[in-house]
Amino acid sequence: MEVLRLQQQLIELTNSLFQEGFLDDQFTQIQMLQDEGNPDFVQEVVGLFAEDSERILSELTKALEMEPVDFKKVDAYVHQFKGSSSSIGAQRVKAVCVDFRAYAETENKEGCLQALQQIKQEFFAVKSKLEALLQLEQQILAAGGSVPMME
Amino acid sequence: MKYLTNGAPLLQHNTPKVITQDIKGSKSTTYGKPGVKWWDCSSGFQHMQSLPSRAKYWGTFNMMALVWFLAAAGVGVALIVYQFFSRQNYQHYVDVLANMCDERARMLQHQFAVSMNHVHALAILVSTFYVGMHPSALNQDIFAEYTARTAFERPLMTGVAYAHRVFDHERGLFEKEQGWTIKSMHSKMPSPVHDEYAPTIFSQETIGYLVSLDMMSGEEDCDNILRARASGKGVLTGPFRLLKSNHLGVVLTFAVYKKELPPDASAEEKIDAAVGYLGGAFDFESLVDNLLLQLSKNGDILVNVYDITNFSRPLIMYGTENSDDGLFHVSPLDFGDPFRRHEMRCRLARKVPRPTLAFGFATGVLAFVTLICAMVYNAHKHVKKVEEDYRKMEELKVQAEAADIAKSQFLATVSHEIRTPMNGVLGMLQMLLNTQLDATQQDFATTAQASGKALVTLINEVLDQAKIESGRIELEAVPFDLRAILDDILSLFCGKTRGEGIELAAYVSERVPFTLIGDPGRIRQIITNLVGNSVKFTEKGHIFVCVHLWEDMDAVLQLSPETIPKQCARSFKHNNTLSGYAVANQWSCWDLLLAKERERSTRSELSEEIKLFISVEDTGVGIPSQAQQRIFMPFMQADSSTSRTYGGTGIGLSISRCLVELMKGEMHFESQEGVGSTFSCSLVLRRGDDASLGEDKHTLSDRVLLSKFKDMSALIVDGALVRSEVTRYHLQRLGLQVRIVSDLDVALEYLIPNSHVYTRKADDTSILNGKFDLVLVEKDAWGYSSGLNFPSFLRTERHGGKSIICPKLILIATSMTSAECEIAKLMGYADTIIMKPLRASMIAACLQQVIGMGDESQPGREETGNLQNLLCGKKILVVDDNRVNRIVAAGALKKYGAHVECADSGKAAIAKLEPPHTFDACFMDIQMPEMDGFEATRNIRKLEEIAKESGKIWHVPILAMTADVIQATYDECVRCKMDGYVSKPFEEEQLYKAVSQVLSRT
Repeated sequence: MEVLRLQQQLIELTNSLFQEGFLDDQFTQIQMLQDEGNPDFVQEVVGLFAEDSERILSELTKALEMEPVDFKKVDAYVHQFKGSSSSIGAQRVKAVCVDFRAYAETENKEGCLQALQQIKQEFFAVKSKLEALLQLEQQILAAGGSVPMME
Repeated sequence: MKYLTNGAPLLQHNTPKVITQDIKGSKSTTYGKPGVKWWDCSSGFQHMQSLPSRAKYWGTFNMMALVWFLAAAGVGVALIVYQFFSRQNYQHYVDVLANMCDERARMLQHQFAVSMNHVHALAILVSTFYVGMHPSALNQDIFAEYTARTAFERPLMTGVAYAHRVFDHERGLFEKEQGWTIKSMHSKMPSPVHDEYAPTIFSQETIGYLVSLDMMSGEEDCDNILRARASGKGVLTGPFRLLKSNHLGVVLTFAVYKKELPPDASAEEKIDAAVGYLGGAFDFESLVDNLLLQLSKNGDILVNVYDITNFSRPLIMYGTENSDDGLFHVSPLDFGDPFRRHEMRCRLARKVPRPTLAFGFATGVLAFVTLICAMVYNAHKHVKKVEEDYRKMEELKVQAEAADIAKSQFLATVSHEIRTPMNGVLGMLQMLLNTQLDATQQDFATTAQASGKALVTLINEVLDQAKIESGRIELEAVPFDLRAILDDILSLFCGKTRGEGIELAAYVSERVPFTLIGDPGRIRQIITNLVGNSVKFTEKGHIFVCVHLWEDMDAVLQLSPETIPKQCARSFKHNNTLSGYAVANQWSCWDLLLAKERERSTRSELSEEIKLFISVEDTGVGIPSQAQQRIFMPFMQADSSTSRTYGGTGIGLSISRCLVELMKGEMHFESQEGVGSTFSCSLVLRRGDDASLGEDKHTLSDRVLLSKFKDMSALIVDGALVRSEVTRYHLQRLGLQVRIVSDLDVALEYLIPNSHVYTRKADDTSILNGKFDLVLVEKDAWGYSSGLNFPSFLRTERHGGKSIICPKLILIATSMTSAECEIAKLMGYADTIIMKPLRASMIAACLQQVIGMGDESQPGREETGNLQNLLCGKKILVVDDNRVNRIVAAGALKKYGAHVECADSGKAAIAKLEPPHTFDACFMDIQMPEMDGFEATRNIRKLEEIAKESGKIWHVPILAMTADVIQATYDECVRCKMDGYVSKPFEEEQLYKAVSQVLSRT
């Protein structure tokens, strides 16, 4: 019963993640890459993504506090961020990255700061959602159930 | 005409303004940036901008200088002209004045001399009759009378008088003699005592008051007397007012001598010899007045006569004193008195008139120059405006070009952004199709996949357009089979046409070689586009793709109607098109047949280049004539309602035309609203060696089929000529012997062995009596569904006792409802029904089914499986600085069984890929810090070069991983000797393509 409830929960959470646009198809692809030979793949990727992103965010914050701002550097960071977020399928983060790069290219500091705020928001939102998702999966596995695949 | 009237002020007021503006303007552009010279501006844009502005500056300078120079020169010339003419004018007046003055002086002198001579004569008269005779023959009365009577000789003299010389010692005697005393002139009293006296004794009556007055008492007269007797000539006094007339006058005095003196007598002798003096008063004013009256024409000059004996103080003798310093002329006068000198001064009565001519000329020159200046100024203004416009245009051009580039970029980006999710969708659909699905689900999924593919196609078209516009498209040159391509295209559209009962057919002339060399993909694209358009706009009738050699068609089009062979002329009349509907292209009814005639008559010589003529004919709605102009413009449809009704972007035709032009061809169309359209194009391709076509699936099966059907013969029963030709074409491709009959009776006769029809055609040995293996009957052979009844005729014949062989009966139909199928089966078409469009492979399959030849080949391909095959066990290096990307890519590749290693930078990759190594392939991210993918690849290739020198050839396939699919990126990939690129994140199909390309090579 417990497993069923958890599975239901997981499906709802995943659906909401897709519907609200936090994640896109790419995340499904990553989920599909996880198999017996690589059982913790998703967790690994998400962990790496979170770790990387936090580092990049702190670097970005630092870079934007500097005077004058090195927009080239900012742009490079955002590019990295965009790459990893699109790899993991965090499309809302990716979308903000696109705006961010546009601001960085026009050397619009105000815009950059705003985008940074936004990107932090989006990132932490998606991070917490992903963590919840993974936790649920763990719980399901711990309860002896299997993780339902989303199509 | 404004410039003529206010030209000069306009020029003066406006030009300085313009100049200052220009100088300001040019300063701001040319010299605005100190230290930056125009020729080393870093950016091309600045460079472009600075050049025209500099040119403009010089242009302005020159033009304004010219205007000013012209203005100055004009004023100068005007002044010179004025000077010249006014001087001429003045000189003219000077000359006139001099002439008049001299003339007057001469005449005055002359008249004066005449009077003087008379006085002289009088003096001699007195000397002769008074002094020389004793007693004197003269007395006062005689003198008075004589002088009065000779006064006409001296019209200007008021009177003459004779004064006798009396010494003081003779005074008493003299007074007594005369009976009066000598009086002095002024007091009229008896004269005081002097050495001598000169009392007047005779006088003309007019001046009778002078008698007894001592002339020597008057200062002027005394002086006159003294000079007259010393010189022996007539002498003159200075001018003075005459007593009576109050006119200015002079007194003329002659000395009277006792005896005639020798010419060389000295002054003393003369003084001694003098006995008296004859004097007369000249009324000078009257003299000159008379003279002038005779000469002057309406008094246009003023004359003054001066006594200038005392040069510094000239005494006026005639005329009013005039201080005018204007133009005057001086003529000397000689009145015979050596002591006194006179002159005549003349001036013009009026001032010298203004030199109107000079003024006129000068004004003319000024006006002319003003006009020219105005013209130059206007031209200059115009040039400036044009330059300004040019500059603006340049700017707009730069903007437009930038916009164009931006558009291409945008298109590439957007299409990528759409393609990425679309590939996801398609991939998922494909995976879904691989699972167990029931029929409905399968259908839904298939439809979804087809739509998705259509969308991707559309995006590719948009990309194509962008590529064509930027001229980046390149054509392949590979051998291909045009017929197979046409078959493919037909099968693409068969679903759509079958449902609506539209006849879809393709025909390729026999003379077109089996193998051509060109870009099959692009040719497929062109024809697909055209056919797709036709399919979209056609609701009934047919769509017919026809390929001929250009030379054949060209020859056909040259034919005049009279020379059309009978067979064709007949078909022309009967509107004998593929489906019987009229078409827009008037040739289409019989071009096929005519071309076929030619095919039979001439064999083509083998040239390397082949020009094809492809036409796609439909019986659709046609293109409204007003829309025909813009039919080839991208994104333009016949009208805006078209896209609502029929959909589409309107980009296909534009791309097709561009592609056709790339293949050195042309595209035309003919269209009639409500009748249909015919698009035709020519393409230049190369003739291919038939053997050069690779062991492609189609040709392979074709060849197998060819050998299978080699010995079979078929009878086509169809009333429509064109349609039966198409059927024949397809059967002949399969190697069958084919005969067409259009008539029911003839068809029946053909099927009766030993009938006389064959005897008539005895020369045709290929088809023997009743030896047909197949009879193909068109469903609509002689009208709608009439072909269905064909077997019943056969039956009737057979019942009639004639032996009729019974070959396999095949019905060819465009569309069949299931009910019709049942009917056909009942009617006797038991063997099979071939549904159009006809395609060689499809016919072959049907025939195999009919004849019972099995088809073993079962092509099955599973992409995932293939990818697995390709990648399984391969050692692959993934290079990406982004950990997440790296692990995702590695995960994906691992899934296909590859051994994956990772590197986090270009340098690490180089270290790993330095030969010798064991990697089979490398996936390289392009954008990496420090060393990007391009540079890393270049370095790796360099290392491989070095390794090559040591004898071993290394070439690790490197695939770029990139998020954008812009052409430039691809070009750069190729330049760096990368082997291909895959999108990031991976898309299954594309990954397969790229990997299979590089891994099959190794």
